[in-house]
Amino acid sequence: MPTFYGTEVTSRLMLGTAQYPSPAVLADAFRRSGAGIATVSVRREAGGDQAGQDFWALIRDLGVAVLPNTAGCYSVREALTTAQMARELFDTNWIKLEVIGHADTLQPDPFGLVEAAAQLAEDGFEVFPYCTEDLVLCERLVEVGCKVLMPWGAPIGTGLGLNNIYGLRSLRAYFPDIPLVVDAGLGLPSQAAHAMELGYDAVLLNTAVAKAGDPAAMAQAFGLAVEAGALAATADPMDARDMAAPSTPVFGKAML
Amino acid sequence: MNGPYTILGGGVCGLAMAAELSSRGAKVTVIDPKGAPGDHACSWWAGGMLAPDCEGVSAEPEIVRQGRKAAGWWASHGAQVQHEGTLVVALHRDQSDLTTFARRAPSAATLSKEQIAEQEPDLADRYSKALFLADEGHLDPRATLIALHATLARRGVRFGGDIKGQVIDCRGLAARDSLTDLRGVKGEMLVVRCPDVSLSRPVRLLHPRFPLYIVPRGDGVFMLGATQIESGERTRATLRSVMELMNAAYALHPAFGEAELLEIGVDARPAFPDNQPRIRRIGDVIYANGLFRHGFLLAPALAQMTADLVLEGKIPEVWYEDHRER
Repeated sequence: MPTFYGTEVTSRLMLGTAQYPSPAVLADAFRRSGAGIATVSVRREAGGDQAGQDFWALIRDLGVAVLPNTAGCYSVREALTTAQMARELFDTNWIKLEVIGHADTLQPDPFGLVEAAAQLAEDGFEVFPYCTEDLVLCERLVEVGCKVLMPWGAPIGTGLGLNNIYGLRSLRAYFPDIPLVVDAGLGLPSQAAHAMELGYDAVLLNTAVAKAGDPAAMAQAFGLAVEAGALAATADPMDARDMAAPSTPVFGKAML
Repeated sequence: MNGPYTILGGGVCGLAMAAELSSRGAKVTVIDPKGAPGDHACSWWAGGMLAPDCEGVSAEPEIVRQGRKAAGWWASHGAQVQHEGTLVVALHRDQSDLTTFARRAPSAATLSKEQIAEQEPDLADRYSKALFLADEGHLDPRATLIALHATLARRGVRFGGDIKGQVIDCRGLAARDSLTDLRGVKGEMLVVRCPDVSLSRPVRLLHPRFPLYIVPRGDGVFMLGATQIESGERTRATLRSVMELMNAAYALHPAFGEAELLEIGVDARPAFPDNQPRIRRIGDVIYANGLFRHGFLLAPALAQMTADLVLEGKIPEVWYEDHRER
């Protein structure tokens, strides 16, 4: 199982906690999927006087590792403040860092991301940056202290899957020792399995499960797919070839 | 078992409870800090949609089933229920959400541009496709609560005074001291006046983050709701939420850009972890709570089941928990 900042997690599946029909359905999704990490946003729910504490208590009761995030932050400063709040609330140095650069697509702001990651790392945070699959950006993030990278598969909530296979494969090749997590854009379990087959360490998703007609069943499907993909990655898959290769000899046909 | 009964809380849950019990001959007292319906109850801020099929897209099937009783119950208790159905639309970029919604709301009919023009002429040029749920209705929550309060007072229901007999606690989020698994889910809403737009029925605009609806209240007044945030705070509408609501209305029809802003409302809905209500006995008290975003939709069913329980000893078919020590 992947190790993030020295902590080995129990699953390759990480689930977001937003948009479920109810907290009870959310808890079911975690139980059936075996997801090992829950991400939770603290910015909007915080309000005055930690008004979101009932919901956060439900998240803690899931019995999985909590990865607070800075969703909804558009500037470095907002992200830093939210990270500090998250550290106090959840008593963890882990922070999934989101610095949003574009309000509509929720695309990360690569410049703000590097700046915020540098400051947080200096301040003792263990940063999980939500980034694009840009190699140079990822190099910068590693330089400033990130020991995990979370490139998107596709824009948040689209369910389009892995948009740039080449880019994701290239990241894997350039960062063989950094845990890589595909974050955002997954819609189907087969896409999660594909990320695992590319040698990724984990996937993080929310909408695909929360907005499914039966979220708990979909969560379980993702759990199984992630396991299948990870197992396949260790099994030295065959290489694709252009021509059919019959597994029994065929006589009397042209040899191409 | 004609009572007496004391109901704590005069929001939609408490008043529906009082109506059901008193109409079946029970002696009822309602105790509420302010005595009359008002902005201290979260039902004051409700949309008042009686839309079980729309809710069923994301809510549990039992909510749909119990919610179907609401329109008839409210009409028989003097409420002006409008039976105009619900129209569901999506912006061009969110058309896939409309497809999903149609699949999960089997009673929804798909309307063409011409059919939209017949139902809501003001939206005809803006949408080429919509869903229509003909069996749904809506009411004006504030007018309904005020009228029900007056009817009950005339019928002899006492408002205020001492606690007598069986206590039925309908205090919503204020009952958190006794109901430890009850949480608040914050909602923000707007009331605007926009004489340039005319709608006959609630319109839902599918939105990736929260279920957004616009309910016509007559005289060019519309209610826009509602955000859904996991937070128990009952004040403090944020700029982001208000902006999202306004933006959605503007996207539905640009004429809303010229609307007059009459009100910004905020409160928190009482909810249990599965977002379904409960009738729960703890000690000598019966709690009816957890109506979440379904106050007007489910208060009738909850009141009927509670009345069956206390008047006839009939155990509710759903949502009942007996926490008394044996």
